[in-house]
Amino acid sequence: MNVRIRNPRNFFAGVIFLSFGLCAVVVGRDYPMGSALRMGAGYFPLVLGALLVVLGAVICATSLFIPGEKVEPIGLRPLLLVLTAIGAFAVSVDSIGLVAATLVMTLVAAAASPESRWREVVILSIALLGLSIGVFAYGLGLPFKLLPF
Amino acid sequence: MELLSDLQLGFTVALTLQNLLYCFVGVLLGTLIGVLPGIGPVATIAMLLPATFTLPPVSALIMLAGIYYGAQYGGSTTAILVNIPGESSSVVTCLDGYAMARQGRAGPALAIAAMGSFFAGTVSTLTLAMFAPPLAEIAFQFGPAEYFSLMVLGLIAAIVLARGSLIKAIAMIILGLLLGIVGADTNTGQFRFTFGLPQLADGIGFVVVAMGLFGFSEIIANLERRAKRQVIMAEIKGLMPTREDLAASWKAVLRGTGIGAILGILPGGGAVLGSFAAYTLEKKIAKDPSRFGNGAIEGVAAPESANNAGAQTSFIPLLTLGIPSNAVMALMVGAMTIHGITPGPQVMSERPELFWGMIASMWIGNLMLVILNLPLIGIWVKLLSVPYRLLYPAILLFCCIGVYSLNNSAIDVGLALFFGLLGYLFIKLDCEPAPLLLGFVLGPMMEDNLRRAMLLSRGNPTVFLTRPLSLALLLVALALLMVVVLPAVRKKREEAFQE
Repeated sequence: MNVRIRNPRNFFAGVIFLSFGLCAVVVGRDYPMGSALRMGAGYFPLVLGALLVVLGAVICATSLFIPGEKVEPIGLRPLLLVLTAIGAFAVSVDSIGLVAATLVMTLVAAAASPESRWREVVILSIALLGLSIGVFAYGLGLPFKLLPF
Repeated sequence: MELLSDLQLGFTVALTLQNLLYCFVGVLLGTLIGVLPGIGPVATIAMLLPATFTLPPVSALIMLAGIYYGAQYGGSTTAILVNIPGESSSVVTCLDGYAMARQGRAGPALAIAAMGSFFAGTVSTLTLAMFAPPLAEIAFQFGPAEYFSLMVLGLIAAIVLARGSLIKAIAMIILGLLLGIVGADTNTGQFRFTFGLPQLADGIGFVVVAMGLFGFSEIIANLERRAKRQVIMAEIKGLMPTREDLAASWKAVLRGTGIGAILGILPGGGAVLGSFAAYTLEKKIAKDPSRFGNGAIEGVAAPESANNAGAQTSFIPLLTLGIPSNAVMALMVGAMTIHGITPGPQVMSERPELFWGMIASMWIGNLMLVILNLPLIGIWVKLLSVPYRLLYPAILLFCCIGVYSLNNSAIDVGLALFFGLLGYLFIKLDCEPAPLLLGFVLGPMMEDNLRRAMLLSRGNPTVFLTRPLSLALLLVALALLMVVVLPAVRKKREEAFQE
């Protein structure tokens, strides 16, 4: 009989679990196991990792036989731009400060939606800048680096 | 009359000006995010945690709790008026609530939802006050073996009550447990899965995981759907329900409160499950089930009472046993830890002002919600006309600032990005993220109790079966598992036969 993926959602979910489980087992192989009496650092993660490998494999295997729904297409634009916006914030907040990070992040994030209108986005990002500095930096007194210098 | 003096203590704490203010802020924010689809209590609480650093613990917890039950009120408003469930717990309210609104009876629907919620809130606050002390007494007899078994029960219940595939929910929990033990091992100091990053030595922050899985991924998925939200608001003509309305709904409110309160206590329960169960029950016992979906007032009264009751009783396992029963409670564990409080039975005896203050504030918060919401409904609905393209950059920014300011760590934002991507994949692949977060919080506790139980029993694993309380907990877990597994097995067999 021909082998094909009949339940793609479960198949890929299984792959994710399988790889996390394998990662846990491989990375954790050198942690001291200890004994059941005095469990070492490696005991619990190994048990969990092995369980996850087994579960992932079972989920993958059953997805070859029991049919299920297709994975809906991935919208690359929102996915990539939202992640980029978060990444931009992470990279810039410590180096060039909250002011620039806020502006960069809102501009990139706004590009994720085709409905965004540029005039609105500019006003929005300035408003958010005021809000984030006013509320978080001054209002709550959280220690932010505001400007690059 | 210890209960009365305890409650009195609670009210003196909750009625201070500062705590009233934070309670108000909490329920107001809760209503706001309840009205807005696309942001739920988990992401909001995670976002606001850093803002509570400077507050006294009581005020912080009062505010965070207010967000959770406030969201139940807000969710029903939009469900009834514009057929959009602001929260997943209001999904069933749409069916009859919106039908009523189209018949020009939006006012009575909103009023009955608010009154039912308030009644449910009062009853479940009392339930919490009455049942928490005896439960905490039992919890004091718990040793590590019992705690381990209890957590097993909690996780199994979370699997059983989660929607969707059983095996995927189990895998999600185990993945959560694994992610939970990242960092330096508390017993041996060994670094585990830190990949050479010193920032991971303290483990992955739960806010990071929660924000990624519930905040970021949800935004991406919402943008993808790009569903045009057409807000056609039904007119509100008069709020007062008629005499017939009240006659029809008071029993539904009672039943909804009961179901919601019970299901809320169960691990994995909370607000969502109760509302579905209550609606199903009303439809089943109704003389004329065909009225449901066409504006039956019981179909609004029961689920709305249930979700509010469930939101509050889900605090019971947290406050008495220290075990979170759902994703929001998992965050509350984190909030308590940040403020130096270890959740568990000792909170009640060591910090009575905190425990009873929180309980009293819930009742006050419910009162505020009723008074506030009915006149302010117009404003809440106007908020819905704010387009998502203006909302999501703001949500995204506040999420980032929230994650960052927890430890002033940009690495945390990067990690949250990773969990955002993972959460997005899980949405695409039909995996519920809530069990993962639960496992994540319980991971270190479970390992710790397992180790101690084994050490005390000199390495004898039968300790979990020979201690009666532990055995009882495990048997309940097994029974729960059987209940779901058996019909599933039957169904699968049927499918196999059909092919």
